[in-house]
Amino acid sequence: MQKFSAFALAKEALSGQKGWTRQWRDAAPKPAYEAIIVGGGGHGLGTAYYLAKKHGLRNIAVLEKGWIGGGNTGRNTTIIRSNYLFDESAALYDHSVKLWEGLSADLNYNVMFSQRGVMMLSHNVHDEQVFKRHVHANRLNGVDNEWLSPDQAKSFCPPLNIAPGMRHAVTGAALQRRAGTARHDAVAWGYARAADALGVDIIQNCEVTGIDRDASGRVSGVQTSRGAIATRRLGIVAAGNTSVLMAMAGQRMPLESYPLQALVSEPIKPIFPCVVMSNTIHAYISQSDKGELVIGAGTDAYISYSQRGALHISSHTLEAICELFPMFRRMRMLRNWGGIVDVTPDRSPIIAKTEVPGLYVNCGWGTGGFKATPGSADLFAYTMAKDEPHKINAPFNLERFGAGRLIDEAAAAAVAH
Amino acid sequence: MLVISCPYCGDRPEIEFSYGGEAHVVRAPASVTDEEWTAFLYQRSNARGSYAERWRHAHGCGRFFNARRNTVTDFFEQTYKIGEAPA
Amino acid sequence: MTQKYRLATGGLIDRRVTVPFTFDGKAMTGHAGDTLASALLANGVHLVGRSFKYHRPRGIVSAGAEEPNALVGVGRDEGHYTPNLRATQVELYHGLRAESQNRTPSLERDVGSITDRLWRFFPAGFYYKTFMWPKGAWTKFFEPRIRAIAGLGRSPAAPDAARYAQIYAHCDVLVIGAGPAGLSAALAAAETGARVILCDEQPQFGGALLAEPGQSAWLAEQRARLAGFANITMLPRTIAFGYFPHNMIGLAQDLTDHQGETSDDAPRGRLWQVRAKQVITATGAIERPLVFPDNDRPGIMLADAARTYVERYAVKPGNRAVVFTAHDDAYRAAVSLHEAGVTIAAIVDLRESPEGPCLDAARAAGLPIRTHATIIGTEGNLRVAAVSVATIGAANAERIACDLVLMSGGFTPSVHLFSQSRGKLAFDPALDAFIPGTPAEPTIAAGAASGCQSLEAAIASGRAAGLSATGQAVAAPVAETVAAGFLGEVPHGRDPASVRAFVDFQNDVTAKDITLALAEGFRSIEHVKRYTTTGMATDQGKTSNMNALGIVSKSLGVPIPSIGTTTFRMPYTPIPFGYFAGYARGDLFEPVRETPIHAWAAEQGAVFEDVSLWKRARYFPRGAETMHEAVARECAAVRAGVGLFDASTLGKIEITGPDAAEFLNRMYVNAWTKLKPGRLRYGILLREDGFIIDDGVVGRIADDRFHVTTTTGGAARVLNMMEDYLQTEFTDLKVWLTSTTEQYAVIAVQGPRAREVIAPLVEDADISAAAMPHMSVVECRVAGVPARLFRVSFTGELGFEINVPADYGRAVWEAIDQAGQTHGIVPYGTETMHVLRAEKGYIIVGQETDGTATPDDVGLTWAIGKAKPDFVGKRALARTALASQTDRKQLVGLLTADPAEVLEEGAHLVADPAQPIPMTMLGHVTSSYWSAALNRSIALAMVRNGRARIGETLHVPLPGRSVAVTLTDPVFYDPEGARLDG
Repeated sequence: MQKFSAFALAKEALSGQKGWTRQWRDAAPKPAYEAIIVGGGGHGLGTAYYLAKKHGLRNIAVLEKGWIGGGNTGRNTTIIRSNYLFDESAALYDHSVKLWEGLSADLNYNVMFSQRGVMMLSHNVHDEQVFKRHVHANRLNGVDNEWLSPDQAKSFCPPLNIAPGMRHAVTGAALQRRAGTARHDAVAWGYARAADALGVDIIQNCEVTGIDRDASGRVSGVQTSRGAIATRRLGIVAAGNTSVLMAMAGQRMPLESYPLQALVSEPIKPIFPCVVMSNTIHAYISQSDKGELVIGAGTDAYISYSQRGALHISSHTLEAICELFPMFRRMRMLRNWGGIVDVTPDRSPIIAKTEVPGLYVNCGWGTGGFKATPGSADLFAYTMAKDEPHKINAPFNLERFGAGRLIDEAAAAAVAH
Repeated sequence: MLVISCPYCGDRPEIEFSYGGEAHVVRAPASVTDEEWTAFLYQRSNARGSYAERWRHAHGCGRFFNARRNTVTDFFEQTYKIGEAPA
Repeated sequence: MTQKYRLATGGLIDRRVTVPFTFDGKAMTGHAGDTLASALLANGVHLVGRSFKYHRPRGIVSAGAEEPNALVGVGRDEGHYTPNLRATQVELYHGLRAESQNRTPSLERDVGSITDRLWRFFPAGFYYKTFMWPKGAWTKFFEPRIRAIAGLGRSPAAPDAARYAQIYAHCDVLVIGAGPAGLSAALAAAETGARVILCDEQPQFGGALLAEPGQSAWLAEQRARLAGFANITMLPRTIAFGYFPHNMIGLAQDLTDHQGETSDDAPRGRLWQVRAKQVITATGAIERPLVFPDNDRPGIMLADAARTYVERYAVKPGNRAVVFTAHDDAYRAAVSLHEAGVTIAAIVDLRESPEGPCLDAARAAGLPIRTHATIIGTEGNLRVAAVSVATIGAANAERIACDLVLMSGGFTPSVHLFSQSRGKLAFDPALDAFIPGTPAEPTIAAGAASGCQSLEAAIASGRAAGLSATGQAVAAPVAETVAAGFLGEVPHGRDPASVRAFVDFQNDVTAKDITLALAEGFRSIEHVKRYTTTGMATDQGKTSNMNALGIVSKSLGVPIPSIGTTTFRMPYTPIPFGYFAGYARGDLFEPVRETPIHAWAAEQGAVFEDVSLWKRARYFPRGAETMHEAVARECAAVRAGVGLFDASTLGKIEITGPDAAEFLNRMYVNAWTKLKPGRLRYGILLREDGFIIDDGVVGRIADDRFHVTTTTGGAARVLNMMEDYLQTEFTDLKVWLTSTTEQYAVIAVQGPRAREVIAPLVEDADISAAAMPHMSVVECRVAGVPARLFRVSFTGELGFEINVPADYGRAVWEAIDQAGQTHGIVPYGTETMHVLRAEKGYIIVGQETDGTATPDDVGLTWAIGKAKPDFVGKRALARTALASQTDRKQLVGLLTADPAEVLEEGAHLVADPAQPIPMTMLGHVTSSYWSAALNRSIALAMVRNGRARIGETLHVPLPGRSVAVTLTDPVFYDPEGARLDG
């Protein structure tokens, strides 16, 4: 792998940029692989990378029906945090944050992980109770999260409106300083490049149309738009399209796929130093390195694979943003887009074996999968390599629904993911 | 914002309705096995394409009804009353 | 300055009205009808902005919405300031204040342009390849510096002073764009009587014809005809920005921005959401720049834009021009400029042997034409000063001095809205462009947007669209020969490593950046876009996307249709957030719900809290009392005498019908069949997954009538859930549900003297302890008002809840308050209510429970009707994790070792506070208060296996210390319940 560095940039500057090589090969499918990952987003590419790097698998393919990073990886608002309530969730997301902290160096690709802090606003007594419960639980779990007064919140984020007369006045905030944002495309490309360097075949424009199983029921391969490919280890990491793929193996999933919209403003000079989320009035906002205000909303009401949502959903989000930050009311929406998010009944992910031998699934990240990318990939690679879950992802199995062992952060906290 | 045809009231904008999830999921009686109960409670077809779903004309007549909608295009194929068979 | 580039005659400006304005503090003038861009050009100003990455000096490129360069901040003060406005779209008004952006300290001398000198070090995607070391340096060092250089304008520094309006509309035909095609379409449709909406982003209708003096008579006639149709709604200054499912179009109508410094009372703009049976997109076409070395200097502009400045705005964009083209249309521009007195130094045509009437006209005017030629470089720092022209493939170049370069690579139909509608684009090889193909919605493209290039064809296609949209027969389209132009980087024969030919002006993406991305393996056009950022600037690639595609196509040897386009996303041009937020601000952000007694409480100085949409009185401070003092006083008053509480926010549902009891049997965990009329029961409602979703007291008013109460926040949710089951599962039951939340005011009178207070006011009922036991209900009159009188207690004291028609709520409240004066009655708020119920161990759904608690978890197993065959949630309770009793969190009480210590709600409990992190947490504090009755703190908690641990000591670790607590029964006060009877 060509080493990226300031030195390499300087060298190429003086030689007409002629020395840069492909960041990953445009691989054609081989007849068989030791492991196949379906889904070329951050989670899937990362899984391939960790399978190769940590578990020694060499003959791995990632199949992507479009272009890598084109799904939710390239459509999200890039918020990264780990201040989750339950032990299981805190362990999972903090595992990710720790990997994020070293990811640029690990991949030799600047994923621009920026620990700018994520501040979650409280607007009433109930919010305060919920957030303080988080703050206390996080502290005992070793996850940073602190309670701020409205004045402290404003000094951390000066554009914030804390006027007591607001319809939903800010009564405080929970701040995770280690939380922040990263550059979404770079995560996909960085993993792709690093995985490719370890021999992983990244196969784009390759849509899976069927899952083959042998007489014993075990996975034996996949049918694709580019022909049949054999494998005995198949990982589905396809976000909104998971139900469709799992149905090919006869599996009904506890998932529903909803449109999720986000938008950006025109770029402006630095004005917004952190990420702010308000669950009560449904909005979150940060500013990208380019200067755009990046704003996310809740999901649309209905199941859809259309990758677009309704105007009234975006409008509702902007109502909230304009209340919290009235100086942004004249800022202009530059681009609005939609993704497909797969939501489980308890809003927590599934990183698990399935009842089909050789078939593994990583899904259900809902509206908050980006933050978990490295941790999810690492744990899923472990699960696929060992045919058993790591202790961190063991609770995030498929059996928890039937057993009633739900990890329901949303119900417990009424907190957006 | 979708236009939804309430079988009782006619075409109305989406903001008059609340969503009711997948249709024709029959509530399992208390006597079923854990597996059957789990399937009823949690597993959904989540179909890509034609999908049977429930809506309620919450800010209108208040009635629940069923619909078939293509989840790729978001165009409705039909709506029909609870208890009626799809066309 | 004196508008020395203003022509003496012509144009659509009003020379009688001189309009003063400033740019970067410099005073200038223009005329009514100018845009900021045309006024600046009239004053000889081309340098208007700096580019995003290299901070290159940039001038006005276009005359419309596609402008990538001339971005300015406009506004009289911070409350009216908008960054990043295109000077080409800003209508000039008296006193307009504009400032340039992305430069320090001045537009002419910008320190940021150091990046331009070091451009070789900043190729596409450079930031992915460095700034990785040392760990943490990105956030602390590199990122802040990159951010400071990035961004364009600046945020307004004060809240927006403007207001915004919104409207919904329906029509038969929505015509977007009022150029020749759109006008023809609207008129053709209107002739059938159809309801038509015609919108255009310009202040006047006419589109491209506004720059065609020769067509002014035709245009005037069409406008006159439009005015004759009452069924046409005309919306100038209105941008169709988004195409949403089921033919809904978002329009943004400017109302006052163009009027200048007007009052803020009138709305600034209006968001239209139009549902159209048919949409006609007559959105025109956008001229493409040519991609040649150093094609970005101020003074280099699109040919048609230059012609527009001459013909529409009567401005000479320069004195000596070179025209660089691959399309006949630029010859029209050359002639226009020539006739306006601009010297045309050369027309440089990439094509070998172009012919046609446009060329003939140029030749007739004596303009020098060089065919099969190209521009291989330009000179000039803050303004173009010369170009080097060479025959394609030849080595020697001719230097031609000029102060203006016109360029035309042909025209790209504006298919944005059609594409947003999910219609499929088709590649037209004759045009070298995508045009609308198979539609997904009822939508028709017309005019230049559908690929027309002649006026006749545009008019005919517009008329055909209008007829077709209204179901009329359509004549055959007008045949025309269209010309493609040029896509991609022009041939220049120079070392690609040393030149920069810009594709995306605003984001500083060069042809070389695109080939670099391809070399690095970014082959999908979406990857190219994201890696190079081409097409991602505020113009969203209106002038750059096709050239980028051309470069990719040529480099990869793949035809353009096989590459495809990037996705077009709303909005077409940037739209202020305020348009979307509309009226929803301040108190209109969300409705405020107030109880009938709210005003009384406010008069008494109550402090309110938000509970869902409601305002609830939290406490009633007297004098300088703190909340703690007020609550302690209120609690003591209720325990010792009597208190008055507004419980009107409780959700209320009237359930009637012969099967009402059976319906409740199936919905709630409790058994209802044996509940007698006149009695109350505490009901618990589960979700189908077995977890508590709501609770409340239910009164049986008659055999077939129940009065159900829900939590304040749960009312709508519970009613919807009940309707769902009733309509779709329990369809065999004859039951009717009616929300009565807002029909009743609910006045709780609680305390040992409650009966004494209300007894004198009650008619038609015996409320003695014997006649009316705890948990009963009677219909009677209170203070002369019909009432449902509940004997119920959420305080542990003798208590009543009086339900009266909402309109009489305050009157009854005041009557009780009056009657209670001799008993020392005290109004109390939600905080006291919380304390009193916590002393009794009564749960609050949403505080003790959190969506993961079963009835058993909170000690309510007694409420479950065990004999019932089924109820919502019953089956789920039998699941393993719910049925196993040992490791679940259960409700307990907590007493701190120090009675003065009030724990923080949300604090967690551990067995060993000295254990290392992560600690094993056993539970958390759900409620915690100072109890005036017990003269100490109390708390409720959910603790793993808590009931078995009662009597044990656990610890609450806090920062720097730990608090020991003893687990107790959750009922702290009057555990035997003796006080319920007064």
